[in-house]
Amino acid sequence: MNKHVSPKMNRRAFVIGTAAVGTGLAIGLDLPFGGPAVVRAADGSPEIGAWVVVRPDDTVVIRIARSEMGQGSLTGLAQLVAEELECDWSKVTTEYPTPGQSVARKRVWGDFSTGGSRGIRSSQDYVRKGGATARVMLIQAAADAWKVPASECTAASSVITHTPTGRTTTYGKVAEAAAKLTPPADVKLKDPKDWKVVGKGLLRLDTADKTNGAMVYGIDVKLPGMLNAAIKDCPVFGGKLKSYDEAKVTGMKGVKKVVKVGDTAVAVVADTWWHAKTALEALPIVWDEGENAKVSSESIAKWLAEGLNDDQPAYVGNKNGDAKAAIASAAKKVEAVYNYPYQNHATMEPMNATAVYTADKCEVWCGTQNGEAAFAAVLEASGLPAEKCDVHKVMLGGGFGRRGQTDYVRQAVMIAKQMPGTPIKLLWSREEDMAHGRYHPITQCKMTGAFDANNNLVALHYRLSGQSILFSLRPEALQNGMDPAAFQGVAQTGEAAFGYSVPNLLVEHAMRNPHVPPGFWRGVNVNHNAIYMECFMDELAQAAGQDPLEFRRKLMGNHPKHLAVLNAVAEKIGWTTPAPQGVYRGIAQVMGYGSYVAGAAEISVTDGNKIKVLRIVASTDPGYVVNPAQVERQIAGSFVYGLSALFYGGCTVKDGKIEQSNFDTYNSMRINEMPKVESVMVPSGGFWGGVGEPTIGVAAPAVLNAYFAATGKRIRSVPLRDQNITFA
Amino acid sequence: MANLTINGKTFTLDVEPDTPLLWAIRENAGLTGTKYGCGIAQCGACTVHIDGVAMRSCGVSVSEAEGKKITTIEGLASGATLHKVQEAWIAKDVPQCGYCQSGMIMAVAALLNEKPKPTDADIDEAITNICRCGTFQQVREAIHTIASA
Repeated sequence: MNKHVSPKMNRRAFVIGTAAVGTGLAIGLDLPFGGPAVVRAADGSPEIGAWVVVRPDDTVVIRIARSEMGQGSLTGLAQLVAEELECDWSKVTTEYPTPGQSVARKRVWGDFSTGGSRGIRSSQDYVRKGGATARVMLIQAAADAWKVPASECTAASSVITHTPTGRTTTYGKVAEAAAKLTPPADVKLKDPKDWKVVGKGLLRLDTADKTNGAMVYGIDVKLPGMLNAAIKDCPVFGGKLKSYDEAKVTGMKGVKKVVKVGDTAVAVVADTWWHAKTALEALPIVWDEGENAKVSSESIAKWLAEGLNDDQPAYVGNKNGDAKAAIASAAKKVEAVYNYPYQNHATMEPMNATAVYTADKCEVWCGTQNGEAAFAAVLEASGLPAEKCDVHKVMLGGGFGRRGQTDYVRQAVMIAKQMPGTPIKLLWSREEDMAHGRYHPITQCKMTGAFDANNNLVALHYRLSGQSILFSLRPEALQNGMDPAAFQGVAQTGEAAFGYSVPNLLVEHAMRNPHVPPGFWRGVNVNHNAIYMECFMDELAQAAGQDPLEFRRKLMGNHPKHLAVLNAVAEKIGWTTPAPQGVYRGIAQVMGYGSYVAGAAEISVTDGNKIKVLRIVASTDPGYVVNPAQVERQIAGSFVYGLSALFYGGCTVKDGKIEQSNFDTYNSMRINEMPKVESVMVPSGGFWGGVGEPTIGVAAPAVLNAYFAATGKRIRSVPLRDQNITFA
Repeated sequence: MANLTINGKTFTLDVEPDTPLLWAIRENAGLTGTKYGCGIAQCGACTVHIDGVAMRSCGVSVSEAEGKKITTIEGLASGATLHKVQEAWIAKDVPQCGYCQSGMIMAVAALLNEKPKPTDADIDEAITNICRCGTFQQVREAIHTIASA
């Protein structure tokens, strides 16, 4: 047995199998070759509870509800199940249940949503219970066969042993009998100190096919008779499609049909995508751009700047004492205004989905971070009921929050609905992907700090102005109009709590929502809040004439976990010893997604504007670490994502449209610009934090603070591209 | 119609001569391991070998590729024997989402063919592929592992 079995093999077999028989519901049906109570996988192997299927050859198939997009949760979740199951890790493989199956079984696999660094932390308890439940049932089946008490039996590495007699059997041999048992009402989970599989940096389960071209992403889905679609949506958000001259392209090679997609878009369907895209570019289109065509980056910036004024309404997100009064009577005050731009997720794989629609069934194959949201989009766009719809998830070529949205799924169904029975693969060009993102929200922030005569920080006023993601995407989550997520990293309590104690504090948000659609962009609101707060902390330290680390430490006495990660990076980078000649350091910390993170950077600067990042140290306390090798990769990747945004990112608006169109105008870091990231994991236990996102928050401020140390210049605006600062 | 030699096989494909090689490989030859990322030779996801040289196939037309030896990620291994870059990628757990890695692996294989023991500076110069997940650290480590084997 191959040690690193690819789950894709199962998924692919599953996808092809279900496509061939025209049903997406293989698992969950009572198939004729088992007892009535036994639920079987597509290959007939029995389920031992919803999370585990055991094959006769002892292969264990672990069900994964969350999506794998590179972050490693698929492997981590399998480790959690395997830990409790006591199975042979070398025989573990995985498969995705479909959202349709889950709905048909009363959401037995829980939430499918894979965002907010929640993949592991919000399902770790019930997936571990799934593993433990299966173990108890398998042991009971063996005990029943031996006619001995289950308490005399133990399981390890998929082998069950009757301790008094030394008799053994395997999971594969008792699986059929185990599947017929009633699951235990309650199971006890292991004490973390007894973990053997969890906590190990095991190799990922999905690597092999990513090295030979065999992994199937959404863009690679092939169905018999499939046609390809290229699409253009009105480049001005909120604008509409007025008309198009179909006759100009109908004779072009491979073109099958030109279709209107809702009120805003037009698509060309052709034999190949290249033909579809070529014809789409030749298609004369008239847009009704509407009022939003008057909006520009300048007009947005002006509107947001107004929101920084105290006379404008704002929501209060965190408060103690009376910051305004304390500032008014302070011995010294410091003020600064920062801003952060729109950012596109720029997943390497542009948005795409493949849909087949008939009056009786609508199925979609796509990469999605939220299978259930995609499923809901299919229901809505097809007009068919849940039992006639399904979504088959495939590997995502990057997600970063973008594939939590379902606009591309809806479009694919709307096109397929106009060509019933023909599978349609809709693929966005990179240009379409850049023009129709769900962008990191745009904000500005005015901060005022006040000191007493002894240089103690007595007040801080943190006033954000700008866009709310929840207002646009999840208005039901607003609290009397306020977006609580806007305060990620500067909140009073919770999973993104502020790490400093200031006697008089006022944190507020003047919500201003331009027409550009915002989205959850990896790190989300932690990103700009961490830049604003951590760069301003350095400004305050400078004003007080104190070392940036020491200044922070004095404010962190009541925040020991925040302080511990900050201390860990300070120690690792050698903060208290002088940096080499020409090397400058910066430091930052933040809490996000339930984890405490800190980062420090060493840089050199030539000609005042060419930055070489020489060294990065990062520390994380996520409570528990399921797979340290993957956490390390998430931390390092977070710096690549965060520093790409700092140096090269930023989407600007002109005539209501996004100006950047591809990687030539929206660049991303390359290997020569990225130093090694030295990770220090300090899991303190007792809580579960996420790791995919929080570190992005400290990447930019660590470098910006180092830039100040090197040059004496504060950078208060992102991206650096616009200030003629680049990598050396 | 065009005749392309891909991974040692001849494909007679119904494509226009100005079709980018990337799309002929993906849609006409049906080899989807080579990925589309930008279409303007910026990101490197579509990197293949043309007569042994790493090229961005979105920027090469079918007519330019005719008569040349094209190798895609599917043709990198020798039968069941993986290429040393593929082996190292698995041993070092390099890919995250993996979408850029076909191109990354092809670029690295070409570099190692030219310079079996590349320095960090050689890597910096030759490997210019975009990876949004940020696997650069593992890419560099894996290259050095191969070079020191």
